[in-house]
Amino acid sequence: MSNTNIEKKHMKQSTKNKISNTIIYIVLIIMSIIWLVPFVSIVLQSFRVESTMQVGYVIPKQWGLDNYIKLFTETSFVKWYMNTFLIALVVAVVQTLIVLSMSYTLSRLRFQGRKFLMNFMLVLGLFPGFLTMIVLYTVLKDLNMIMENAVPGLILVYVASSGMGYYVSKGFFDTIPKSLDEAARIDGATRFQVFYQIIMPLSKPIVIYTILTAFLGPWGDFVFARYISNFNSAGMNVAVGLWSWLQKDTIAQRYTLFCAGGVVVAIPITILFMCLQKYYVEGVTGGAVKG
Amino acid sequence: MKRLDDLEYLRLSKSQKFLYKLKIFFSSIPIWFGGLGKKIVNLFKNGVAAVKGEFVDIYLTFKNGDFKTRLSFLIMGFGSLARGQILRGLLFLLFEVVFIFYMISAGWYWLGKLQTLGTKGPQEVYNEKLDQYVMTYYDNSFKILLYGILTIIFIIAFIYTWRLNVKQNKISQEILASGKPLKSSKDDLRSLVDNQFHKTLLALPLTGIIVFTALPILFMILIAFTNFDANHNGYSNALFTWQGMKNFNQLITWTSGSSNFSATFGEILTWTLIWAFFATFTNYFLGIFVALMINKKGIKFKKVWRTILVMTIAIPQFISLLYVSKMFSSNGIVNGWLMDLGLVGLDTRIQFWDNPLLARIMVIVINIWIGIPYLMLIATGILMNIPQDLYESAKIDGANAVQQFQKITLPYMLFITGPYLLTSFIGNINNFNVIFLLTGGGPTNQAFTTSGGSAGYTDLLITWLFKITTVDSNYKLAAVIGIAVFAVSAIISLIVYNVLPSMRNEEEFQ
Repeated sequence: MSNTNIEKKHMKQSTKNKISNTIIYIVLIIMSIIWLVPFVSIVLQSFRVESTMQVGYVIPKQWGLDNYIKLFTETSFVKWYMNTFLIALVVAVVQTLIVLSMSYTLSRLRFQGRKFLMNFMLVLGLFPGFLTMIVLYTVLKDLNMIMENAVPGLILVYVASSGMGYYVSKGFFDTIPKSLDEAARIDGATRFQVFYQIIMPLSKPIVIYTILTAFLGPWGDFVFARYISNFNSAGMNVAVGLWSWLQKDTIAQRYTLFCAGGVVVAIPITILFMCLQKYYVEGVTGGAVKG
Repeated sequence: MKRLDDLEYLRLSKSQKFLYKLKIFFSSIPIWFGGLGKKIVNLFKNGVAAVKGEFVDIYLTFKNGDFKTRLSFLIMGFGSLARGQILRGLLFLLFEVVFIFYMISAGWYWLGKLQTLGTKGPQEVYNEKLDQYVMTYYDNSFKILLYGILTIIFIIAFIYTWRLNVKQNKISQEILASGKPLKSSKDDLRSLVDNQFHKTLLALPLTGIIVFTALPILFMILIAFTNFDANHNGYSNALFTWQGMKNFNQLITWTSGSSNFSATFGEILTWTLIWAFFATFTNYFLGIFVALMINKKGIKFKKVWRTILVMTIAIPQFISLLYVSKMFSSNGIVNGWLMDLGLVGLDTRIQFWDNPLLARIMVIVINIWIGIPYLMLIATGILMNIPQDLYESAKIDGANAVQQFQKITLPYMLFITGPYLLTSFIGNINNFNVIFLLTGGGPTNQAFTTSGGSAGYTDLLITWLFKITTVDSNYKLAAVIGIAVFAVSAIISLIVYNVLPSMRNEEEFQ
C-alpha cells in the first residue's frame, strides 16, 4: 500500500536524521574538548606549587596560589598590566573616533579624490605594517617616547594609522539608507548634525564593535610593543612581558608564572568579549559580507 | 578563442564546461595585460595634458588678472585679503611665511646633502680641553634622508598651495565681475560643518596616516636603494649612501657564492605561499562545515557550541599560541600524555618543533584551531540569509543533502565571500603572530643564508623580515623584502580582482 511506503520512507528519513544528528553531536563534543583543553590546562597549571618549570603533566600534585602571589608581588607584571590597560583605554576612545570619522566620510560624503584616497589606502595596506617601525622608532627616540616611556609612543603609533581600518564600519554605514540623510538635509540640517543626531544613534552595534576591537587590540600586540619598548621592563606590555618569560633562559623559573599571568590577562578580556559577542558577530559578518 | 553562446555552452558536458572556463581564463590574461598597458599609457597622456592645462591656466590668470591677482603670485593671500576674505588670506600668507622661513633655515641644508646622504662620517678629533682624541660625529645619513624627503614633500605642498592661491584669485575675480558676493570668513567656517564636513572629519585621521604610515613606507622604499645596515647605521659607525639597484640584484641573481640570498628568498617565498594557501582554505571549508553542522535543524544548544568555539577568538593569541607551542615541546604536556599512554618512550618523544615537515604541518593544524571560529561566525551569518525556498524546491526535485550543498550552499558562499577569501589569503601571507609565537620561524635551516641571523623552515617572509630588522639590523635587506612582500600581495590581488567579476557573473547565470 502506498501509505506504508510513505511511512517507511519517513521512518527511514527520521532514523537517518537521528544517526546523522548523533554523529554531529559526537563530533561537536570532541571539538569542544579539543578547543577547551589548552585553556583548562593553563588554568590548572597556574595552580601548581611543586615546581615552576615546564612538566609533562597537567594536574598539579600540590595546589596553591603561590604563582599568583608571586605574580603580583615579585614581578613587573602589575606594571605591564597597567601599561596595557592604559594604552587600551586611550586607544579605545581615540581610535573609535578616528575610524568612525573615516568610515562615515567615505561612506556618505562625496568629494573629489575620494576614490583616489580609498585606492591609496588599499595599496598602502599591502605593505607589511612592520616596515614603518624603523622610522617611527627613530622619531619616537627623538621625542623620548621609547623604552620606559613606551606607553605614549605606542598609543601614538596605534591611533595614528588607525584610520586605515575603516572597511567594516564603512560597510555598516553603507547599509543605512541615504534617504534619511536627504530628508534631514531638506529640513535644513548641516552635515555635522546629520552625522551626530541621526546616523550615530542608529549605529550602536558598529560603535560598540569598533570600541571593542580598538580596546582588545593593544592587549595582544607583540610586534610594535616589543620594538618600541626595546625590552625595557617599565615600558613593556603584557604580551612582550609574558613572551619574555618563556624564553630559554628564564622558562624554568617562569613557566607557571606565565600560566598565572595568562589567566589573569585572559579572564577579564574573555568576559568582556562574551558580553559583547553579539556586536562582534554583527560586525564581522556584516563587514565580511559586504567586503 | 571562439566564445560559445548560451545554448552551445549548456550542451557541453561537465568536464568540457570546466575546460572551457579554464581556456577563457587563460586567454583573457594577455587581453588583460594589454588593457593594463593601454590604461597606463592613457594615464600618462592625461597627466601630461593636465599639467599643460595648468600652465596655460596660470598664464591666463596672470594675463587677465587685476593688480590684486598679480601681486598674489608673489605674496600669497594678498588677493584674498584685499577682497575681504580675511581667513583664507591669512592662511595662505602664513603658509608662505612658514615655508620661506623653513627653507632658509633648514631646508636648503637637507636638500643639499640628499644626493650624497652625508660626506663626513665620524672621526677622531683632537679635543684640547681633554687633551685626547675624541670621537666626534658629523653627518647623520638617516636624518638627512628623513628630513630631505620631508623638505621635498614640503616643497610639493607649497607648489600645490601656491597654485590653489592663484586659482582662488581667478575664481574670485570672475565672481566679482559677475556681480555676486564672495564667501566671507564666517561662511568658510560654517561650511566646515556642512559642505566641507569631510575635510573636518578627515583632517586628523589623514594626517596620522600620512605621517605615521605613508611617509615611513616611502622612506623604507628609498632605504632599499641604500646600504643602511648594522655596519652602516649612518651615524656612529659609518655613513650610508645610495647603492642603486645593488640590493635588488643581490636578490635576483642566482649566484652560488658565499651568500645566496635569492635561493633563501625563493624558498621562504614558496613556503609563505603554500602556508597562506593551506591556512586560508582549510579554515574556510572547515569553518563552513562546522557552521553547517551547528546550524542543522535538530541540533540543540547551538549557542553553547558556538560560544565554546569562539573562545579562541576571545583569548589573546599571544597567550593561547605561546602556551600551545609549549604544550607540544619535547618536555611538554602532549609528550607527557603520550608517554603515560605508553605510545612513546623517553628517547622517542615526538619532536614536534624540531622536525621541519612536522613543524610545518603543526603550524597549519594549530592555525585551524584559531581560525575556524571566525569562519564559522561568518558562515553562520551568511547561511541564515540563504533563501530557504531554494532548499525546499531542491528537496522536492529529489536532491539529497550533499547535492544541496554542492549546488546551492557552496556557490552562494563562494560568491559572497570571494573578496573575503582574497583579504584572508593576503592576511595569511603576513600572518606574523601564528608563525612567530608557535615556532619563532624554526627549526633553523642551516642552508638558509641571511645577513648573519638565521632563518628557519617555518619562517614567512614577514617573520624573516622581523628577524632581519631586530636581530641583524640589516635595514636595507628588510626594505627589499618588504617591497617584495608588497609586490607579491599586489600581484595576487590584481589577478584575483580581475578574475572574480567574470567568475561572479557565471555563478549568477547558474
